[in-house]
Amino acid sequence: MEHLTNKDFISDQEVKWCPGCGDYAILRAMQKALPALERKKEDFVFISGIGCSSRFPYYMNTYGFHTIHGRAPAFATGVKLANPNLSVWQITGDGDALAIGGNHFIHALRRNIDINLLLFNNEIYGLTKGQFSPTSKKGIKTKSNPHGTTDEPFSISDLAIGAQGSFFARVVDTNPKLMQKIFTEAEEHRGTSLIEILQNCVIFNDKTFADITNKDVKLDAQLFLEDDKPMLFGAEMNKGIVLNGFKLEVVTVGENGVTEKDILVHDSTEHDPTLHAMLARMRPPEFPAALGIIRKVSRPTFDEGLLSQLEYEKENAKFNTVDELLQSGDTWKIK
Amino acid sequence: MDKTTKVVDLEKVVIKFAGDSGDGMQLTGTQFTDTSALLGNDLATFPDFPAEIRAPQGTVAGVSGFQIHIGRIGINTPGDIADVLVAMNPAALKANKNWIKKGGTIIVNIDTFTKRDLEKAGYESSPLEDNSFEGFNIIQAPITKLTRETLKDSGLDGKSIGRSKNMFALGIVYWMFNRPMEQTEKFLKKKFAKKPEVVAANIKVMHAGYNFADTIEALPSSYTVLSANLEAGTYRNVMGNQAIAWGFLAAAEKANKELFLGSYPITPASDILHELAKHKNLGVKTFQAEDEIAGVCAAIGASFAGSLGITTTSGPGLSLKGEGLGLAIITELPLVVVNVQRGGPSTGLPTKTEQSDLMQALYGRNGESPSVVLASSTPGNCFDWAYMASKITLEHNTPVVLLSDGYLGNGAEPWKIKSTKDMPEINPRVAVEGEEYQPYARDEKTLARKLALPGTKGLEHRLGGLEKEDITGNVSYEPDNHERMCYLRAEKIKRIANLIPEQEVYGKEEGDLLVIGWGGTHGSLYSAVDNLLNEGEKVALCQFNYINPLPKNVETLLSKYKKIVVCELNSGQFANYLRMNFQGTIFNQYNKIQGFPFTTSELESHFKTLLAK
Repeated sequence: MEHLTNKDFISDQEVKWCPGCGDYAILRAMQKALPALERKKEDFVFISGIGCSSRFPYYMNTYGFHTIHGRAPAFATGVKLANPNLSVWQITGDGDALAIGGNHFIHALRRNIDINLLLFNNEIYGLTKGQFSPTSKKGIKTKSNPHGTTDEPFSISDLAIGAQGSFFARVVDTNPKLMQKIFTEAEEHRGTSLIEILQNCVIFNDKTFADITNKDVKLDAQLFLEDDKPMLFGAEMNKGIVLNGFKLEVVTVGENGVTEKDILVHDSTEHDPTLHAMLARMRPPEFPAALGIIRKVSRPTFDEGLLSQLEYEKENAKFNTVDELLQSGDTWKIK
Repeated sequence: MDKTTKVVDLEKVVIKFAGDSGDGMQLTGTQFTDTSALLGNDLATFPDFPAEIRAPQGTVAGVSGFQIHIGRIGINTPGDIADVLVAMNPAALKANKNWIKKGGTIIVNIDTFTKRDLEKAGYESSPLEDNSFEGFNIIQAPITKLTRETLKDSGLDGKSIGRSKNMFALGIVYWMFNRPMEQTEKFLKKKFAKKPEVVAANIKVMHAGYNFADTIEALPSSYTVLSANLEAGTYRNVMGNQAIAWGFLAAAEKANKELFLGSYPITPASDILHELAKHKNLGVKTFQAEDEIAGVCAAIGASFAGSLGITTTSGPGLSLKGEGLGLAIITELPLVVVNVQRGGPSTGLPTKTEQSDLMQALYGRNGESPSVVLASSTPGNCFDWAYMASKITLEHNTPVVLLSDGYLGNGAEPWKIKSTKDMPEINPRVAVEGEEYQPYARDEKTLARKLALPGTKGLEHRLGGLEKEDITGNVSYEPDNHERMCYLRAEKIKRIANLIPEQEVYGKEEGDLLVIGWGGTHGSLYSAVDNLLNEGEKVALCQFNYINPLPKNVETLLSKYKKIVVCELNSGQFANYLRMNFQGTIFNQYNKIQGFPFTTSELESHFKTLLAK
């Protein structure tokens, strides 16, 4: 295997996102993560729909396909089924994946096709200049609803879990190390790996995630989930999450008789999605936002299923050529 | 079974089976078709069923019919009107009363001519008891009663017994046309392999029907239709949708490509998906997508990754696939979109045939987005056109829309089995490792670009729906480049005309009237023109399969006739297309938008009027 570096993945195209856009950091993290996967460069394919994030494939020196609005999961499915040996990455945004492409998004997760799906969530439409998106906070004032939206936003994690998603991770665009780690695990996971990236749009929705990412709050507002580790956070790592009845609760270790043993321990591989859904829904100020790999369960993938049927049929069929098919069944001769 | 009744030879005959949509008429018709095909008859069929799975029982809206035309001479249509009608209830009789030849034979299940069933059909009194059907040979068969009687000791429940009565009707018709029952017996044994009691019951009822016909005096004679004079070779029966599926399989094998179908169920195209889904052993990957859009997009994705990507649909589905098709046009990827047309607009007439998606196929996309458009014209040649669509898309790297229709898709005819070694070579344009690769560099002659497949070392590149820079394929907003690319994409399609055969005509090479048709109307137009030729008229038929580009000799050909009439099952879409391409030529029109094919007689009489003027 030829050794690759991040430079091998930088295309010759000028990157045209707005200065300060969170997309730059995601692009750099991806270019750094890929060499470590030890796959051939020609086996990576990046597929996107429409939107700011969807320009991503042009900047990667891999095979790439910038398709049409909302439909990237369908293209990615076709690519993966046609050549299961490829490492297929879909780049999408909250409008592309959840508004125009909502249907394809849930069906990709349901089928568990083996692709990695990066959802850049900036809670706004950037490329069309600032309309609200299906994840915009309720009440936000934009050009397309100057009096404030009356739409409820989607919860991406709940959609993913409801669609039987097998992998759900969340990361903020300012954390390149965690991005690289998650990209690597997503590639290793067989099935649709959904990564929600909280991405800041400096132009149309600046600081929408400030309650999570601001320096002065982030230690109390971010919980990094790791398997087999207690769910501790805070500047002194003494705050933790416990289950009180059917609800999550923030406690402080050392107060009111709480010890580290009382704190929930993360298990991303648990098939029952209840706790994963509760954790993913947490938001400041009551809770920290859960980051890292929240859910990663093993279940059969769509592509493996199709391939094994194909193999079985090839081995057990009465014929394997089209001529034999044409001659099969009832035929008669005319002389 | 000795036959004491005299046997009469027939040149050809049209038989129609009609009943409630739950009466099993499609199966009955298909069985009669298969048996006749194996006897060597030439034939054409026309299944005609309601859009509802089970429309209200006994009503005219719920009538399902299957018409078959068999003969020893060239059969090109399922026949205008029936010589023999099997009507399983009053509604079936009412629905077909104008489609039975004067003096023809009508077999009715008399047990259903009760007050209640007559009312459901909208009859106040039995049409058999007034003079509505005077001059017809009516056979009143107590089909329900005799089926029950035959199976009274079978142990089957009433519902299962009731379901067998179509076999009684089939038995009667087998006797009338002197057909053996072995083929259907074989079929029943296979279909109900796990229910031997059902097999036995159906066979018993079929024999009972056969013997009933032999016994009663109502049938004056039994007919035989001798084998057709078809070209020597091995034959089988094929339906249009099945032939399309097989054409794609043959093309993929020949091109050494994997076949990938992305599709969403829609009437009347679903049978192509069903047929391909059966043949995983041949390496075909079928993907039932979440919607029409995902179907076409997955197919394009598969083409990008190296497969022959195809998608199948009908009218409303083609509307949804428009944006995907546009992407395949600008990215210049292989894609075949099959549109098995039905009546529109909107949901329209899902189970009826029409040719009204021509303009949509040619122009139904945003921007300057030319597409190759082909049309198949018989159930059997659906095989060839699916093959040709694949060859063009793989060699020119541009999408092809293949137009079929409900009539072709569900229709059947004897087909001389082809051998893949006789099919033309297919040479996909794909770059290989080590090659100097520019995504939008073109072949000098055809202007086709080359693909580079993911997984090929060193040929990494990006495609997309943004305008491409000539040669490099980089995103370009440059005005002159955009114009150049628009003309290049159009010119690439035009140049395909250099590689396709010249348009041929059937009949006189010059004369008084040129009849023009395209796609699925071939059978009826051919029959009408043939009849006029036999009467000494100077006419010809020009049936188009290449719609875009048109063959190069069309203009010359048009100039050789005094009059031209364009016949199509829409309000004149192809006529207008020809007017645009051949300004100055006068095109008369003959159109029908009733959800049904042309009848030979209506065409003939219209052509005679034109010739007399």
